[in-house]
Amino acid sequence: MGRAGWGLSPPGVLFAVLGLGALLLPFLTVAANRIVAGDGVLPWRLAAPAVTLPGTAAVMAGLLLGLPSAWPRLRFAGSILGLAGLLWLLMQGAPALLVGAGDYARVSPAIGFWCLLLILMLLMADALAQLAPGSLARGALLAAVLGTLALILWSGTLSQLSILQEYAGRREAFADAAVRHLALAFGSLATAAAIGFPLGILCHRRSSLRTTTLPVLSFLQTIPSLAMFGLMIPILGWVGDSVPGAQAIGIAGIGFAPAFLALVLYSLLPVVGNTVTGLAATPPSALEAARGMGMTPRQRLWQVELPLGLPIILTGLRIVLVQNVGLAVIAGLIGGGGFGTFVFQGLNQTATDLILLGALPTVALALVSAIVMDILVELASPTPQGTA
Amino acid sequence: MIEIDRITKTYNGVKAVDAVTMTVETGTITVIVGTSGSGKTTLLRMINRLEEPTSGEVRINGVSTLATKPHLLRRRIGYAIQGHGLFPHHTVARNIGAVPRLLDWPKDKIEARVDELLTLFSMDPAQFRDRYPAELSGGQQQRVGVARALASRPDLLLMDEPFGALDPIIRARAQDDLRRIQKALGSTIMLVTHDMEEAIRLGDRVAVMDGGKLVQHGTPAEIIAQPATDFVANMVGEVERPLRLLSLIPLCDLVEDGDAPGAALPADASLRDALAACLWTGRSAVPVERDGDVVGRVTFDAIRARAELRA
Repeated sequence: MGRAGWGLSPPGVLFAVLGLGALLLPFLTVAANRIVAGDGVLPWRLAAPAVTLPGTAAVMAGLLLGLPSAWPRLRFAGSILGLAGLLWLLMQGAPALLVGAGDYARVSPAIGFWCLLLILMLLMADALAQLAPGSLARGALLAAVLGTLALILWSGTLSQLSILQEYAGRREAFADAAVRHLALAFGSLATAAAIGFPLGILCHRRSSLRTTTLPVLSFLQTIPSLAMFGLMIPILGWVGDSVPGAQAIGIAGIGFAPAFLALVLYSLLPVVGNTVTGLAATPPSALEAARGMGMTPRQRLWQVELPLGLPIILTGLRIVLVQNVGLAVIAGLIGGGGFGTFVFQGLNQTATDLILLGALPTVALALVSAIVMDILVELASPTPQGTA
Repeated sequence: MIEIDRITKTYNGVKAVDAVTMTVETGTITVIVGTSGSGKTTLLRMINRLEEPTSGEVRINGVSTLATKPHLLRRRIGYAIQGHGLFPHHTVARNIGAVPRLLDWPKDKIEARVDELLTLFSMDPAQFRDRYPAELSGGQQQRVGVARALASRPDLLLMDEPFGALDPIIRARAQDDLRRIQKALGSTIMLVTHDMEEAIRLGDRVAVMDGGKLVQHGTPAEIIAQPATDFVANMVGEVERPLRLLSLIPLCDLVEDGDAPGAALPADASLRDALAACLWTGRSAVPVERDGDVVGRVTFDAIRARAELRA
């Protein structure tokens, strides 16, 4: 064991090699304006050596701290140190590069930054997997990370970056898009849950319903997302035109309604499927005992089947939430709003940073949703840890 | 008193249980024994209407079970099954209190009953009350399962192969516990098993089922001494019949005055134990003791005569 105590963590070695390699790639790009392609700048050329050295050193030190397998806390600290180094380089590099570059010049993170960001986050995830913190600790950590991120964005230290300049010109539109995106993702989740839970319970009770419903829902799931959103246009357009009052409540071929409906249809299979699986996971002997002691079907459902199936049912909601946060981007294409609006605008204008303004919040939202739902699934586990 | 009156269950034209009639006296253990497919479990499940009888009826203390809604009926009848069927997400206390909670007992009464039952089953309430089933051994899980079935002081306790999942040593202890607790509480128990040894050991009365029919219903001694059909004789085991018979008779029945060498056996041990002691140590008689005092002896010849007499 003495030797093992000083052993190297294989993923740590991989991260260090890849990370040190990524330091040799362009860290930021400078472009004359927001459309044209820029020139890459290596990390140590961002500014004066006295400024870039602490940042590069922190990244290198962080990667090296990730090496020893026996000290997960140290590896975690290393990932924090490395991320701090990245932030330092961004903060110092962007203003320095803009000096004398012209009024329309833009600075964006380049391949080296993204690679390092990914590698350091993987290092953090790997260290966390080793530390295996409890659900509350993970929740607190997530809050801390989000708080730090909000503080950095609020402070304006990164406002020179191109993506934040795109944001600066679209504050109101961004807020609208965020609200719309959340409404699409969570609203469709809530609707799908409201339909899917009762449907799942009915499917659990009646195998004839199960054998007809699940294939239909699977079929819906196989329709490509673009085609699904496209299909909604004529269908809801017809409903809006022919049903009196439908247009008054916002039902039309384009806009929020078709996007929302498409997302609900995609959500039904995971919700219904996992509800059926979760309810069926009850040990048969526990069900037999519940019947034998005189529980009514309703009591069996609420006191035995649902509590025991809850983790699986919540896992279904997790799948739906993460999936819908991503799919809601496509709503931008049919006028449904959300972060997709920026992605498609950016694609039309070939403005990469505008695309990122839509894509990055989407990724962050999906990641946060996944982590929060994982914590909820763990808290819903019916027996204490280690005894299930 | 439980009266089973010409009860029949037909599945797709095949009679799983065929016009079974029997009476179970209050405060006794009746063991229903048979091979798999004999209809013994179906018979048991028709009593608390987990299976609805095709025809015939069951009366508990004179009242037909068909007069009550099935789930209300089941709350009055304890039910323990193989593999215990405990709720994995509830503590031991909550599992045992399940039926009293369905019956809306007050909270403090449920708690007192849970502690009383845990104590009865030799499990320290303070230690076990808040554990989860997965934190118990197989034998403890089984005891909690039986305690749960007894929690509401039911008129009748139905047990379907309750000891089937236990290893032989723990099973023997569980059987002794059940006997002791049944005597203490005066419960009426109907138990299903495929194990004739268990039936003879536990039953005041043994009912043998074959092909959906009740082929013999009597005391263990009657079943061993006068098997009604070849099937029953086969179940008892031709070679083991005299030994099984001897296992039912305590030493105090045959004790006589006189001395014998070697270690003494307690008066409530069976003749089978005494026979084993004679054979193993080469003695022709063993001393019998009661409360530590030797009260006489049982001779090898007397044991042999008793076995011959019946067989």
